[in-house]
Amino acid sequence: MRTSFFPWLVLGWIGFAILPWYALEDGFWAFEWLIDGYPFDSDYAPALLQIFQGKEWLLPLIFPLLFPLWIIRKIKSDPKYASTLIISGGFGLAYLLGQGFSIGIGGWEFSTLESMFGILETRQFGMGYGALLAAGSFLILLTTGLAAAGNLRGDVFVTSAIGIVVALVATFVFLPVGKILVSAFVNEEGFYALSTFTNNFFTKKIWGLECLSSSVSCGVGLNSFFLAILTATSTTLLGLGFALVATRTDFRWKKSLRVLTILPIITPPFVIGLALILLLGRSGTITQFVADLLNIEAGRWLYGLPGIWLAQTLSFTPIAFLVLIGVVEGVSPSMEEASQTLGASRWHTFKQVSLPLMRPGIANAFLIGFIESMADFGNPMVLGGNYDVLSTEIFFAIVGAQNDQSMAAALAIILLMFTLSAFFTQRVWLGNKSYTTVAGKADSGIHAGMNPLLRRVCLCVTIPWALFTIVIYGTVLFGGFVVNWGRDNSFTLRHYADGFGVGWNDGSLVWEGAAWDSFWTTITISAIAAPLTAALGLLTAYLLVRQKFSGKNIFEFGTMLSFAIPGTVIGVSYILAFNVPPFELTGTAAILVLCFMFRNMPVGVRGGIAAMSQLDKSLDEASLTLGANSFTTLRKVILPLLRPAIVAALVYSFVRAITSVSAVIFLVSADHNMATSYIIGLVENGEYGIAIAYSSVLIFVMLTAILLVQKVIGERKLRRADRLAPQSKNSKPSTNSAAMEKQA
Amino acid sequence: MSLHLKAGSVTFENVTKKYGAVTAIDNVSFSIEPGHLVTLLGPSGCGKTTTLRMIAGLEHASSGRILIGGKDVTSLPATDRDVSMVFQSYALFPHMTVGENVAYGLTVSGFKKAEATERAEEGLALVGLAGYASRLPSELSGGQQQRVAVARALVLEPEVLLLDEPLSNLDAKLRRKVREEIRDLQQNLGLTAVYVTHDQEEALAVSDRIIVMNRSVIAQEGTPRELYEAPSSAFIADFIGDANLIAGEVINADHEKAKVRIDSVEYDLPSRGLGRGSAQIAIRPDSILLEPAPQSSGQSSEGANQVGIKGSVTHATYLGNQMHYSVDSSLGELFVVDYRIDNAIKAGSDISITFATKGMALIAP
Repeated sequence: MRTSFFPWLVLGWIGFAILPWYALEDGFWAFEWLIDGYPFDSDYAPALLQIFQGKEWLLPLIFPLLFPLWIIRKIKSDPKYASTLIISGGFGLAYLLGQGFSIGIGGWEFSTLESMFGILETRQFGMGYGALLAAGSFLILLTTGLAAAGNLRGDVFVTSAIGIVVALVATFVFLPVGKILVSAFVNEEGFYALSTFTNNFFTKKIWGLECLSSSVSCGVGLNSFFLAILTATSTTLLGLGFALVATRTDFRWKKSLRVLTILPIITPPFVIGLALILLLGRSGTITQFVADLLNIEAGRWLYGLPGIWLAQTLSFTPIAFLVLIGVVEGVSPSMEEASQTLGASRWHTFKQVSLPLMRPGIANAFLIGFIESMADFGNPMVLGGNYDVLSTEIFFAIVGAQNDQSMAAALAIILLMFTLSAFFTQRVWLGNKSYTTVAGKADSGIHAGMNPLLRRVCLCVTIPWALFTIVIYGTVLFGGFVVNWGRDNSFTLRHYADGFGVGWNDGSLVWEGAAWDSFWTTITISAIAAPLTAALGLLTAYLLVRQKFSGKNIFEFGTMLSFAIPGTVIGVSYILAFNVPPFELTGTAAILVLCFMFRNMPVGVRGGIAAMSQLDKSLDEASLTLGANSFTTLRKVILPLLRPAIVAALVYSFVRAITSVSAVIFLVSADHNMATSYIIGLVENGEYGIAIAYSSVLIFVMLTAILLVQKVIGERKLRRADRLAPQSKNSKPSTNSAAMEKQA
Repeated sequence: MSLHLKAGSVTFENVTKKYGAVTAIDNVSFSIEPGHLVTLLGPSGCGKTTTLRMIAGLEHASSGRILIGGKDVTSLPATDRDVSMVFQSYALFPHMTVGENVAYGLTVSGFKKAEATERAEEGLALVGLAGYASRLPSELSGGQQQRVAVARALVLEPEVLLLDEPLSNLDAKLRRKVREEIRDLQQNLGLTAVYVTHDQEEALAVSDRIIVMNRSVIAQEGTPRELYEAPSSAFIADFIGDANLIAGEVINADHEKAKVRIDSVEYDLPSRGLGRGSAQIAIRPDSILLEPAPQSSGQSSEGANQVGIKGSVTHATYLGNQMHYSVDSSLGELFVVDYRIDNAIKAGSDISITFATKGMALIAP
C-alpha cells in the first residue's frame, strides 16, 4: 500500500508558483486580481515572481518544494523517505513562518536583524492564498514524514490531524495570548521595558484597598475578585437548592425547572442587566412603585456592585444548577440507603454521607461560577456604574480615549491569572476527586428523602427566585412593545418596526429596519463558524479519546485552555496578534469566525469526548482489522454513530456565536457588525426599547433553533434505543455470568 | 462456498511489549503452523490478549519480530495486515445491517458493491445465516450476532483468523454448541486460527495446540493432552484441570521411569528428566481414591504395594453426579473428586488414601 505525498507537494507548488502570495486588500473572496495585473503586479504576484521583484528572501522556499522530488519513487518504509519529508516540511514551515514574522510592513521587525542585514526597502503584507496553501502543504509533508518514520503506528491521517489541530491552536490561541504577554512590556515609544509592565501591573488602580476605609472605590482587580467570589457563592448555593428540589422532592413543577438550564445558552449576556434596569433602575417599575408607596426618593443603587451581582446571579445560577443536578444525581442511592439502614436520620444522612460525596461537584460549580463572573462583560458594561471590573476596564483601555495597549495587556494578564488559577485548580485539584458513583452497573434504589426543614428552606428560596427569573424574561418579552418603559407605558410596535421593518420597493423586498444588517451578519457568521467549530471539536475529541500519543496531556490542556480565557482577553489578544503580518485579519469576517471557532471549541471537544467514550473501542478496532484505515473508520463507523453529538455541537456553537459579546466587541468592523455589539451600542445611547426588541428577536431565533434540533435528535434517540433494546437485554445476563466466572 | 483461503503461519521472535515501566509481554517466541487452531490460555492479565492484539496489529511490539505467512509485519498497521479478528463484544456496527456489516471489509478494500454483497451473502450462508442480511444486528440473538462477526471476519479470506474470547458473552448452554461450530468451520476451511480464552475447558476442547501464558511469558506449550498429562510446572498442573501438589522424593530414576516415594508408599512414574532428590507431584482430584479406613485388623485389602495413607474427611459436598471431599492428611489438605456417589463418605470419617498413577505427574520442585 502506498500513500503518496505527491498531491500535497503539487498543492505546495500551486501555492508557491500560481496563486497570489500575499493577502489581497479587497478581501479573501474578491477576485478582481484575476483581471487586474496578475501575475506581474507585485500585489498579486505568486512567490515565484515575487523573488524577482525584490523579495529575494522567498527564494529558499524552492528548496523544500524540490527536495522531495527525488524520493518520489521510493517506498514508505525507506528511511530516506521519512527523513526527506521531515526535513522538507519542517524547513519549509519554519522558514515560511520565520520570514513572515521577521519581515513586516515596515521592513525588518527586529532591530538585531536590521543591523545584520541592513535596512530593507521592500515591505511585505500578510499571508494570502499562496502562502497559506504552501504552509498547509509543508505541514502535511512534515506529518507524512513523521508518520513514515513510524510515529503513531505509521498512521498518516492521525499524524496529520494532530499536526493540523496543533498548528491551529498554536496560531489562534497561543500566539495571541503570547502576544499579550509581550505587549505588556512595550512602552509608549514601542520599546521593551520591564518598568512598563511593573508600572501597569502594580498600580493602585488595580490593587487599591481604599474602599475599606473611605468611599473611594477599590482597585479593579480586587473589585473583580470580590464580585466573582460573591457571584460564585450565590450561584452555587442557589444551584444546589434547585438541584435538590429537582431531584429529591415531589415538588409539582420540578420538571419545568429544567427549562431553566436552557436559558443561559440562549440569553445574550447583557439582557438580564437590561431587564433589571427596566424593573429596578431609577425609573424602573418596581423602584417607582416602592418609591410612591413609601414616599421616598428613587435610588440608583442598582448601578454598581449590587446590580452586577444580582444580574450575574440571575445569569449564572442555571449553569450551577446544570452542573449540580448531575452531581446530586450521581450520589449512589445505595450509599444513602446504607446510611439509613445503619440508623442515621435523614438530616444525618444528608450531612454525613450525601453532602461530602457532592463536595467535589460543589467546588466545581463554585469555580465555574468564579470564571464566568470574572469573564462576564455584558452585565458590568450595562450595570457597572462606578464599580469598575477588569473585563470592562480592558475594553476602555483599548477603545477609550487612552488607547493604552500595554495597560490593556497588563489588565488582561491579571484577568487571565485569576481565571487560569481557577481553571488549574479545577483540573488538578478536582481532577481525580470525583465521587460520583456511577459504575456502569445499574444501581437500583431510591434517593433518600430530604429532611423536612431543609426541604422547606430549599423551596422557600428557589420558588421566589424562579418566579423572579420568569418576571425578568417577561420584562424582556414585553419591554419591546412599550413606548418608553416606566415613563410611557402605552403599547407600540415602533421598536420592532425600527429594527426589523421590511418594505416593498419596485416589487422587491427591502430590509428597511436598522437591525437587519447586523442581524444577517450575525446569522451568516455564526452559521459559517458552527460547522467549523463542531468539526474541529469532534476531531480533537477523536484524537483525545481514540489515539495514544506522547504529549497527549499537553495537547488536551492546550485545546481546553481557551475555555478559561475570558472573551475580552481573547478580543484584545486577537487585535494585537492579527493586526500585523504575517496574519492580517482585523476588520475581516474571518477573524470573527476564527474567534468563535477557538472560543467555542472546548464545548465541542467535551461533547465529543462524552459521546465517543460511550462507543465501544472494539468497533474502531474491528473496522481497522477489516482493512479500513483510520480516516475511513472515522467517516463510516464513528461519525454515523455520533450524529446526535454532532448536531448538538453544531447548534451549541451556532447559539454561542450569536450570544457572544465580550470578544466580538473588539473585532467587529463597519462591514461586519454583530448583533450583540450593535445592541450594546443602543444601550449606551439609552435606546432601551429597540435594544430589548432586538434581544427578544435573538432569543426567539435561538429558542426555535434549539427546540427544532432537540425534537429531531430526541426522536432519533428514541428510535435507536428501540433498536438496541433487545441486544442489551440479551447480553446483560451473560456478561454478568462471564464476569462471575472470571472472578471464580 | 468459494472462499480461497491461504492459511498462513504466525511466528513471534523474541517479542517484548512494554507500556511505560510495565512489561506486558516479555521476550516471547512461538510459531503457529498453517491450518492449526492454537489457543492462548492464561489467567487475566497474563498477556494473552496483548499477544493476540499484536498479531492483529492493534498493538505494536516494543522489540522483536512478528511474521505472518513468512512476511515480516512487525511495523505494519492493522489495516495493512492480512488477518481478521472476532471481538469479545462482537463489535458489530449497530448502524449497519447484517449484510452491510459482513460486506464492510470488502467495500473498504475496494470491491464493487455488487460483488461485496454477493460475497457477504455467501459468508452468511457459511455460518448458517442466509437470508438475514437485511436485519439489524440488534434484531439477532447473541449466538447469531457471534456468527455474523465470524462471517464478517471470514469473507476477507484472511491468512489468520483471530478470536478474542468469542464465547464469553454467550450463556453456558450455547457455549458448547458454538465452540463446536467454530472448530468445525476452522477444520473444514483449513484456517489458521488463534483463539484467546481464560477457560481451560474451552481451550482443551477446541485446540490443536495450547500456549499457556502466565505473567507475561509462556508457561508451557503443547497439545491439550500433553498439557493435561505432563504439566511442566505447578502452575500448569493447577491451571489445566485442578491438581493437588504434594511433596515426594525420587529415590532412583533412569531415562524413562522414576521411582517416587510419597509418605511411605512408592510409585513408578515417568521420570520426565528428573533425577534423584526431592520432587513435587501433581495429582488430579479424581485420581485420589478414598476408602473407609480398614478396621485395625492390619492387612490392607488393596494390592501388594498400595498401602493407604491415613487421613480424615473434613468436608463432603454433594454435586449431583460427583462428590467433592476435602481431606486432611499427613500430606496436607487434599481436594478429591469422586464419582461413586452411592456410597458417599461422611464428613468426619477416617479414611485411607491411595493414588492412581495415571493421574500423577512429576514436577520439578
